[in-house]
Amino acid sequence: MTSPDDLSRRGMLMKLGLLFNGAIGAVLAVPILRYLLSPVIRQRNAGYQSWLALGQLDQFPAGQTRLTTYRHPSANPSDGETANIPCWVRNVDDKTFQVFAINCAHLGCPVRWFPQSGLFMCPCHGGAYYEDGSRASGPPERGLFEYHYKIEHGKLLIQPGEMPTAGAPTARLINISLGRPPCA
Amino acid sequence: MRLIKNVGVWFDQRLQLSTPIRETMEHPVPRQTASWAYVFGSAALTVLGLQLVTGILLALLYVPSAGEAWNSLQILNHQVTLGWFIRALHGWGSNFMIAIVLIHMVQVFLFGAYKFPRELTWIVGVLLLLMTLGMAFTGQVLRFDQDAYWGLGIGASISSRVPVLGPRIVSLLLGGPIIGGATLSRFFALHVFVIPGSLIAFVGLHLLLVLKLGINEWPMPGRIVRRATYVSEYHELTRTDGIPFVPGAVAKDLFFSGFILLSIAVCAVYFGPFGPSGQPDPTIIQTAPRPDYFFLWLYAVLSLLPPSLETPALLIGPVIALAVLLALPFVSGEGEKSWTRRPIAVLTILLLAVALGTFTHLADYAPWSPVMDAWSGEPIPAQYLKGRTALERHGALVFQAKQCHNCHALGGAGGDRGPELDRIAVELTPDQLIRQVIQGGGNMPAYGKNLSPAETTALVAFLETLHPAGQAPAREASSAARFGVRP
Repeated sequence: MTSPDDLSRRGMLMKLGLLFNGAIGAVLAVPILRYLLSPVIRQRNAGYQSWLALGQLDQFPAGQTRLTTYRHPSANPSDGETANIPCWVRNVDDKTFQVFAINCAHLGCPVRWFPQSGLFMCPCHGGAYYEDGSRASGPPERGLFEYHYKIEHGKLLIQPGEMPTAGAPTARLINISLGRPPCA
Repeated sequence: MRLIKNVGVWFDQRLQLSTPIRETMEHPVPRQTASWAYVFGSAALTVLGLQLVTGILLALLYVPSAGEAWNSLQILNHQVTLGWFIRALHGWGSNFMIAIVLIHMVQVFLFGAYKFPRELTWIVGVLLLLMTLGMAFTGQVLRFDQDAYWGLGIGASISSRVPVLGPRIVSLLLGGPIIGGATLSRFFALHVFVIPGSLIAFVGLHLLLVLKLGINEWPMPGRIVRRATYVSEYHELTRTDGIPFVPGAVAKDLFFSGFILLSIAVCAVYFGPFGPSGQPDPTIIQTAPRPDYFFLWLYAVLSLLPPSLETPALLIGPVIALAVLLALPFVSGEGEKSWTRRPIAVLTILLLAVALGTFTHLADYAPWSPVMDAWSGEPIPAQYLKGRTALERHGALVFQAKQCHNCHALGGAGGDRGPELDRIAVELTPDQLIRQVIQGGGNMPAYGKNLSPAETTALVAFLETLHPAGQAPAREASSAARFGVRP
């Protein structure tokens, strides 16, 4: 019962069917990809770049470096404690401040401040930084990440941004010092 | 008995699987492959089964939420009947899995099993290795504790170094601007759906290839693989010197798999589950994150590479390693299979084993990490203080108070980041000591801003006393002559 005409019509229908499914698949792929890439796309209009108060200025005495924490503005209930972000605040002279990210500029481990020796030390691979955040020794290639800050109504404000990483520092780069320590 | 047979016949009339199953089980394999060297693949399959079962059991109670995951692990460990045991089985199963997969790979490599016509089997195996490591890393993240949190930070920092795309990869990896709920959820999806799904599919493909192409014969020195003749030679071998896979070769597989399961269970009972360590709260910074043992070598490499080489090594190293593994069957698809005629293959394995072993051992005590509490927790040995002047003892106080002890060992205690100082006075003159303390250098921070002149004087006076009895401290030759001191 099959004539060559019949065959080619069936073949044609199959190809059309495939094409139809392919077209629908391509249309569906757009929202799926947008959903998958939403963390990258959302990055552009993120609300977490706005200013956030770290606390009253008198919490940060002059000449000292203190640990403080803030709740990240992007937090939602499922984030739990992970949205409580620590940072180091250095009050240089009551007018100038430095707010350092907790993450080591090498691979992101939490640096600890030792006021006695005036160093930040990293427990992972032994990176060390001076009190102004510049690199002192170890594997980091640059100084600590620093938040933008401003002072308003007696409060210290920062822009939280994203978790800083070596390839994507959200804060301004502070001068990279490689090996040449400031001379006494 | 008769009823069972009838039920079997009823099913087989419909499924028609008994013939292909029997043929598969009884297919002839070379007699010498019924060996203890050929048991690792089946053992890996058995452990995969264990991981699937225990994984599903854990998923009954685990809560993949950044705010709840750690608590649900505590409940599994302490409140649910035998929850700790299922966690321990799953954790030890993953450790055994990595070990067995690596041994399987070494055996396959040394026996030349990747050569013609089994190239695709090897390539699928390499992909399976990547998936196994992916399961290990994502599994470590699901144990959502401090190590998992900071491990994610390290993973993000490494990914961020990819040129151009780095920051976007970090956002995709974390699912948001910070490590949080979205991060854990996507690692849960990877660990529970994406990777296991592909793992099962690729294991099926791997097994199908082994069945279609036959198990690799025991390599004989001088028996050369040639594309033109290999297949007929292999069939000749299984025809003249073959035994049915079941029951001829399968007994050792069964015993070894059973032994591995028993070992996992014994480890699970004796050592218990892994963690979780402290809560995944980034504000608790008194932590020293360590990866699980199969990534310890990487932790060591990241500490020991010079900073300028780190990014290229991190980004290009894995690509080269993968390319070498994938190209191997095409570069040496023919020729000798026997390890006795392939010295470079044997040396490569030895070199890799020694390198991985050394790095893992180093990472075990991490000499590059400062001991963060040595300055307050490790006292200076008494013999270094006995009979010293007030100035020297004050120097010892400075040594402790300025955290020198975190990086420098005294009497075997303290950090290994810098050199131990028990005989530093013999090695450096007082002037060199002052310069080193004030200006730093050679990977030591400069302390000039944080030491008063009096503190520096006291510290160097103390360091000057650190020399073996009967060995004079180092003196600069010129000043020694000037002041008439014996050099």
